[in-house]
Amino acid sequence: MASENFDLIVIGGGPGGYVAAIRASQLGLKTAVVEREHLGGICLNWGCIPTKALLRTSDIYHLFQRAEEFGLKADNVRFDIEAIVKRSRKVAGRLSGGVGHLLKKNKVTVIDGEAKLEKGSQAPKVVVKGKDGESATYEAKHVILATGARARTIPAAGLEPDGKTIWTYKEAMVPETMPASILVIGSGAIGMEFASFYSTLGAKVTVVEMVDRILPAEDEEISQHAKKAFEKQGLKILTKAQVEKLETTKSGAKATIKVDGKSEAVEVEKVILAIGITGNVENLGLEELGVKIERGHVVADGYGATGVPGLYAIGDVTGAPWLAHKASHEGVICVEKIAGQDVHPMNKSNIPGCTYCHPQIASVGLTEAKAKEAGHEVRVGRFPFVGNGKAIALGEDQGLIKTVFDKKTGELLGAHMIGAEVTELIQGYVVARQLETTEAELMHTVFAHPTLSEMMHESVLDAYGRALHY
Amino acid sequence: MAIEILMPALSPTMEEGTLSRWLVKEGDEIKSGDVIAEIETDKATMEVEAVDEGRIGKILVEGGSEGVKVNAVIALLLEEGEDESALKEAQSSTSQKPPPDNEVKGKESKTSETPAERSESRGQEQDEDEVPDRAKRASGSSDKGRNGSSRLKASPLAKRMAEQGGLDLSTLDGSGPNGRIVKRDVEAALKDGAPKAATKDAAPETKSAPAKAEPGKISVESLHLEEGTYEVVPLDGMRKTIARRMTASFRDVPHFPLNIDIELDRLLELRSELNRKAPEGVKVSVNDMLIRACALALIRVPESNASYTDEGLVLHKHADVAVAVAIDGGLITPVIKKAETKGLAAISSEMKDLAARARERKLKPEEFQGGTFSISNLGMMGIKSFASIINEPQGMILSVGAGEKRPVVKNDALAIATMMTVTLTCDHRVVDGSVGAKFLSALKPLIEDPVTMLL
Ligand SMILES: Cc1cc2nc3c(=O)[nH]c(=O)nc-3n(C[C@H](O)[C@H](O)[C@H](O)COP(=O)(O)OP(=O)(O)OC[C@H]3O[C@@H](n4cnc5c(N)ncnc54)[C@H](O)[C@@H]3O)c2cc1C
Repeated sequence: MASENFDLIVIGGGPGGYVAAIRASQLGLKTAVVEREHLGGICLNWGCIPTKALLRTSDIYHLFQRAEEFGLKADNVRFDIEAIVKRSRKVAGRLSGGVGHLLKKNKVTVIDGEAKLEKGSQAPKVVVKGKDGESATYEAKHVILATGARARTIPAAGLEPDGKTIWTYKEAMVPETMPASILVIGSGAIGMEFASFYSTLGAKVTVVEMVDRILPAEDEEISQHAKKAFEKQGLKILTKAQVEKLETTKSGAKATIKVDGKSEAVEVEKVILAIGITGNVENLGLEELGVKIERGHVVADGYGATGVPGLYAIGDVTGAPWLAHKASHEGVICVEKIAGQDVHPMNKSNIPGCTYCHPQIASVGLTEAKAKEAGHEVRVGRFPFVGNGKAIALGEDQGLIKTVFDKKTGELLGAHMIGAEVTELIQGYVVARQLETTEAELMHTVFAHPTLSEMMHESVLDAYGRALHY
Repeated sequence: MAIEILMPALSPTMEEGTLSRWLVKEGDEIKSGDVIAEIETDKATMEVEAVDEGRIGKILVEGGSEGVKVNAVIALLLEEGEDESALKEAQSSTSQKPPPDNEVKGKESKTSETPAERSESRGQEQDEDEVPDRAKRASGSSDKGRNGSSRLKASPLAKRMAEQGGLDLSTLDGSGPNGRIVKRDVEAALKDGAPKAATKDAAPETKSAPAKAEPGKISVESLHLEEGTYEVVPLDGMRKTIARRMTASFRDVPHFPLNIDIELDRLLELRSELNRKAPEGVKVSVNDMLIRACALALIRVPESNASYTDEGLVLHKHADVAVAVAIDGGLITPVIKKAETKGLAAISSEMKDLAARARERKLKPEEFQGGTFSISNLGMMGIKSFASIINEPQGMILSVGAGEKRPVVKNDALAIATMMTVTLTCDHRVVDGSVGAKFLSALKPLIEDPVTMLL
């Protein structure tokens, strides 16, 4: 069939793939993206963006319920789940369309269809099976794999979605009715965002987490704070708990959960599986090419190289952290390296992580425990939202900003936040880390008043015993 | 504002130098390309040319000043239309910025100094995220701001880590955007050239000695000498370079020597014949003939004309022969490039010129850097044999002893011959014993049957 040659073919049009393609085109490479479903990948269509749209609704709803506190009268506030979902899909659709325009503007060829790799000369050949069932082969000097990831399931334990009662994030994003009760299995970012959304809209939510705390990737103190905040909202949180059995019933599902050696049965209307992510590594011809795969993800170096000549991998398919901005940045580094630019692998401890539940959580760098594990002597600063004027004016006086410094060098090792708008605040610390500022520069930075960001300043000051407002 | 004329770095290793003398004075008009000063570097005296045009407004560093740091402002140049007032401006911006208001500090002065305060005052001093860039070569900078490409950048964390690790940031290359020195650069430098200040965070095993030998780190005091029984001669650039390079080589390069005796009679005969018949002014020396013989032997045994790198053995395609020349206060090794392509007359006249200029310390860096092999000849001083230290990154150095009449056995009978002993020191990482031996066995017949070197 038809054949066309490119400098670079990117497989997958998610935030990893489409950003890599745009950057490649900027650098003068003749580039194509192969996408089997929709541009924008999980992020725009079934991940970051539609969930944020849903959470916006639940945040506003939550504020309505507090109307009186702000001197407003809003009786009888109700919601329409169909309209909520419709808005979320519309937002996703708008952005996915936007990616198409961006690629066109940057002269990136978009090839619709499912790609598979075959042995080639300089790089593997890309065989694309179009929607019409026809195949075409494309050749390129370089091929980047950006096929993303999907929800992990464990069929043996019954942890397998049926699309009706047992959901993954996909179904959870488009509910037809508002369930009365939900069991969320897994307390990472995805699990907690859905738990927060459904709980705010009135569902009775139970969260099950295997380890001893929720949001296990975050600093322990933040996990504790989050647990308290969620329990106050009425969530039931079971830690050190394992789902032993999950079965569907006529009215929903029944889960047998083992907590502290005791089994307890929980009956709910819906179950959301949020037990992790696994890479899309199947049916791509990777085994034949000898691509190394470990625990469901492609092994790649700091520049995306897989070890197979001409084949690179970036984004979710290469493993944690499964974040859109990590995928995009890996794409940029990989392409710049291909183009012969002087780049360095990403410093993974400079990748911020955000969870948009209520309260929000954001962090960058090492947790206090990890810093100590790594052999740092640390100085820790904390500043609570109750000490901040803007937070009080907003009616958001719950939360904490914690900073961890290396005692000797003054390096900002990590920052951990929980509370209103912290997902927007964290970038200040990310920039600080990237520029390698020490506490000295942070202390001399002027923060606008009144803002929540003043707490970032105070937390740094507190690490050195100099907090001014607490 | 007046243009700052900076102390230039004349070689990549130069950190400071002696501003020997000014060839212009305040008020002189200069054009770009004019020679304005002479500077003594590690190894040579160099002329400084003006880059910009203008009038010398002020000379800030007097002629004869030692230890002038590379990139220090040595003079100010007034551009057309500028008067002396421009000098003040320039000077005040050159000097340190006064610390900003110290209100905050005042408030806390009751308490004893906390680490935060220490870092605070440091933050002020280091307001500018920059350190001087030793790599800057142009003598007069016309950069307007002080933060153009003329300065190295370093992150605050890198600066602090370097300070704590006792590392000189100006010796590092930055890997961050625009060459900014960042944490990973300092970490890497601390790792392979571990500073002596062992902190408890430092790795427990004793690290290798600093990569850069710092002669200054051995104090006179540490010799425990009686007052008045000695005199201290300051280290000049050349002495520092010799100390650093020889220490590093002797420590890092696995040296071994190979000896061989070579008969010289026929070479001496050929030499006198050549010189008898040579045109006016050409006088070939034994050393010139050795240079040519070595060059030919190097080309015949290509694996011996090599340098070691961690990425692979570098095989040189030409024989660039460096010759150690003793000069006042040290030695220098001018290089006869592509010596295998040059005849004896050419080698002879080139060597004469290089040696003469070496003694005046007027060699350009490219004339004494980058040989592939060295010869050191102490024969004229009566030394019988000696083993030189490898001149990195070269793989071998030949030490030439005195030619002398010795009893030898020829055709089973005792005879007299003019013999010399040469010693080849090899870097075992690149030149094994058999390779060194192969080189010597290629060299010996070229000298013993010297017409072959004329081919
Ligand atoms: C519910 C949810 C919420 C999330 N929220 C956030 C968030 O708030 N912030 C954040 O940073 N991250 C979030 N993520 C994670 C984020 O979506 C991913 O990290 C990101 O999408 C990874 O980008 P990617 O390009 O590597 O892969 P993907 O976005 O998964 O894109 C891969 C693309 O490749 C295509 N593809 C796969 N195989 C083939 C093939 N053989 N041929 C052709 N095309 C193929 C797929 O169709 C897909 O479009 C969330 C994820 C989920 C599930």
